[in-house]
Amino acid sequence: MSNTKTKKGFERNLKKNSMGATFLNIPYILWAAIFIIVPMFIVAYYAFTNNAGEFTLDNFNKLSLYRDSIIDSFVYALVATVVTLVLAYPFSYFVARSSETVQKIIMMLVMLPMWMNLLIMTYSIMNIIETNGIINSLLVSMGFDKLKIINTPGAVIFGMVYNYFPYMVLPLVSVLSKIDDSLLEASADLGSNAASRFWRVILPLSVPGVISGFTMVFVPSVSTFYISQKLGGTNVNMIGDSIEALVKSVNTIHLGAMLSLVLMVVILICIMVMNRFSDDSDGGIVL
Amino acid sequence: MEKFVSMLLAAIMLFSALCLFSCGDATPEIDPSLLEGEYTKDLEGTVLKVYNWGEYISDGKEGSLDVNKAFEELTGIDVVYSNYDDNESMYSELAAGATYYDIIIPSDYMVERLIREGMLKTVDVKSLSNYKYIDEQYKGLYFDPDEQYSIPYNLGMVGLIYNTAMVEEAPTSWSVMWDEKYSGQILMFNNPRDAFAIAQLRLGQDLNTLDKSDWDEAAELLKEQKGVLQSYVMDEVFNKMEGSNAAIAPYYAGDFLSMYENNPDLAFVYPEEGVNIFCDSVCIPASCQNYEAAKLYMNFLMEPVVALANAEKLGYLCPNTSVVNNDEYSYKDNEILYPSEENMPKTQWFHDLDAEIVEYYEELWVGVKNS
Amino acid sequence: MSKTGKIYTAIVFVIMYLPLLVMVFFSFNEGNSTANFTGFSLKWYKELIEDEAAMNALKNTLVLALLNSIIATLLGTVAAVGIFGMKNKWFKTGIMSVTNIPMMNPEIVTGVSLMLLFAFVGRLMNSPESLGFGTMLIAHVTFSLPYVVLNVLPKLQQTDPHLAEAAQDLGSTPAQAFFKVVLPSISSGILSGALMAFTLSIDDFVISHYVSGGFTTLPLLIYNMTKKRVTPEMYAVCTCIFLSVLVLLLVMNISQIKQTKKQKKSDN
Repeated sequence: MSNTKTKKGFERNLKKNSMGATFLNIPYILWAAIFIIVPMFIVAYYAFTNNAGEFTLDNFNKLSLYRDSIIDSFVYALVATVVTLVLAYPFSYFVARSSETVQKIIMMLVMLPMWMNLLIMTYSIMNIIETNGIINSLLVSMGFDKLKIINTPGAVIFGMVYNYFPYMVLPLVSVLSKIDDSLLEASADLGSNAASRFWRVILPLSVPGVISGFTMVFVPSVSTFYISQKLGGTNVNMIGDSIEALVKSVNTIHLGAMLSLVLMVVILICIMVMNRFSDDSDGGIVL
Repeated sequence: MEKFVSMLLAAIMLFSALCLFSCGDATPEIDPSLLEGEYTKDLEGTVLKVYNWGEYISDGKEGSLDVNKAFEELTGIDVVYSNYDDNESMYSELAAGATYYDIIIPSDYMVERLIREGMLKTVDVKSLSNYKYIDEQYKGLYFDPDEQYSIPYNLGMVGLIYNTAMVEEAPTSWSVMWDEKYSGQILMFNNPRDAFAIAQLRLGQDLNTLDKSDWDEAAELLKEQKGVLQSYVMDEVFNKMEGSNAAIAPYYAGDFLSMYENNPDLAFVYPEEGVNIFCDSVCIPASCQNYEAAKLYMNFLMEPVVALANAEKLGYLCPNTSVVNNDEYSYKDNEILYPSEENMPKTQWFHDLDAEIVEYYEELWVGVKNS
Repeated sequence: MSKTGKIYTAIVFVIMYLPLLVMVFFSFNEGNSTANFTGFSLKWYKELIEDEAAMNALKNTLVLALLNSIIATLLGTVAAVGIFGMKNKWFKTGIMSVTNIPMMNPEIVTGVSLMLLFAFVGRLMNSPESLGFGTMLIAHVTFSLPYVVLNVLPKLQQTDPHLAEAAQDLGSTPAQAFFKVVLPSISSGILSGALMAFTLSIDDFVISHYVSGGFTTLPLLIYNMTKKRVTPEMYAVCTCIFLSVLVLLLVMNISQIKQTKKQKKSDN
């Protein structure tokens, strides 16, 4: 895009004028140092010690035991995030085309189910998809066979998409609603069809929102717990559930700390790769 | 933006109005003449922090006695009541020392551990006037043989719950949980200690064995079982059994009784190989800040009226003789909670295991779940 | 919105609200089951109104969520503007990574590590009680911050850089340019961030469990019930929250909805 240059100019301006961005960052950096970095050191300390408080690499060596679980978690998180993106993008696009008031109402309505309790919502989803749940009762009463829905990987993906959907929609709507209609009209006037308008105008302009949404869904969903355990039966073992159980007990907290440390490093690498994209993405096509 | 904020504020106001509205209530008050212990207002204005399992006290719902409120009215002590969901998280909170409690109600093996680590205060329980009501057989249990730290609050046994419409013949053994006939309809505990216990009972092992090959053997049995399981469960067992979504599940006897009210197809059995028994006991942690009030509270919990209200609410085995012999007690002589001697199953307690064994079975458990 | 758009939006909402309907339904159950409906009753609503502990927890939850959303939004917006304006790319990547930590850690790890930190500070100050409302608020702000930052950043990237420049060329100070030009154009991101912060806080139980001391919120109350059973009373609380927000939404926007409908009709 042509505004790359001017954007850089704007950033420079902001830096020059507002006594440096660092000044703005001071409260945040302080907060992050005390409440994010220091606790991280505590986790790292636990990861590399045993119950007697001595340095050990035992926990590191036990990681191979959890390899399958970790890989599963990343696969599930990725699939769930992509599904969420694919479902949320058209939804957000339609919402973004409506008036500002309607947008606000819809955003509230999208968020509202998340104000309900996670446990209760999961129970309710279970009520719907159980072996003798609402869907299957309806099917049976209409003379069909029961479907096996609960205790399948699909049920876990559904639970995750359900839970993270709003976190994809909100950034997408706020980015998409800013896309100037005249831009679209102009490209239509110039003879582009709907598909090329989407790929060449809308999508590139919404990349920052996509990246934000992707991060906010993918990152927390790697360590999802509860949902997978309740909906996945014996098939799905996500690492979040293991960590939850390990950290709870003082005997195994060290291994749990190590697992979450490793998880963090892997996710960080993923994000850095993604940030590379977003930095170069001012105009380029990334997806 | 302003609209959003004003909306939120309106919502908050609505809720606070609701909260104010909630002041009037009709829970029965305690009749002081029924109390046996002595309660004075000497400690009026002090704070007592009580840490208990969720839903583990009579709290005034459905016309029951509100135990904490009654204690507050009687003594003027301010009870700060909060909940935990399992022994382990309660322990790590206590061990971190970020906060203190005056009363906690951990299970047997956790009491053993807390005593060993010096995290409990001694209490001369025999000097408490209501201690006489505690059944002799539950006094001086293995974790507190000299009766110096704890009073039993509530006991329970694990058993096998099954759906008579789905299971052909009444099971008598844990082995039914491995029966391929019921493949996809069996639920199992989703925590290693309880899950291993069932395999160990089936193998005739000691639940607290220190022999790693025993644990290996149990793990093999659990791996074998995984193929016929529907899922590993904890709290969702209520919904799954009540909704007839599963046929067989291990759970606590007291909870079976409440499931049965919602699904009369359910039945319960103590398998012949024996079962795990637990006892949650009232203790005073070393970090306690109001020792005298804590003792008063301990004694109060053993009051016949209070213990009766709690026993009705909890629905487990009550160690208080005044309750068990009370004709008004709705579970009096209940065959499931209080089996007669010939029906009494063999029982085994959990003991606190070394970190080494705990780590060992945790690893095996991961192997089971990933098998 | 086009017809396809309407249909698609409607389908999404039906799926999203189906579990809520199940919840509302079971809040009217006569029995204590949340799987078997034995009869219609308002019993659990009556219990709820008389249940001081639940009401107190509800109040705590709302106060905490509101305060959290205000503080996290302020701090997070300032942070986003700061991060956006950073020169050093490595520093920028670094601070973004740190921002994401609370989001990528399993909640229990954040909870336990914060508890240990508070316990350490408590020991330094020689106080037996270092947990409570304050630590709860700190923890909630900490895990809400990344969501606010991630909502505001894309809007900053989207802001037309000429606007702020133009404003300054026309003689406004940088601060004026920020408040009059940049802020309005990122307001929808700020709003989304605030909404997410509120949402995260209102339903957190794992982190809260470790930093709450005696301060009980609704999710804690519900989570701790799981050894016994979660009663329909809790379904009733959630139903109350749901319905009051829904009614407020409707009432406050009904006129505008009518207007937009009229507009749409004339469009069609």
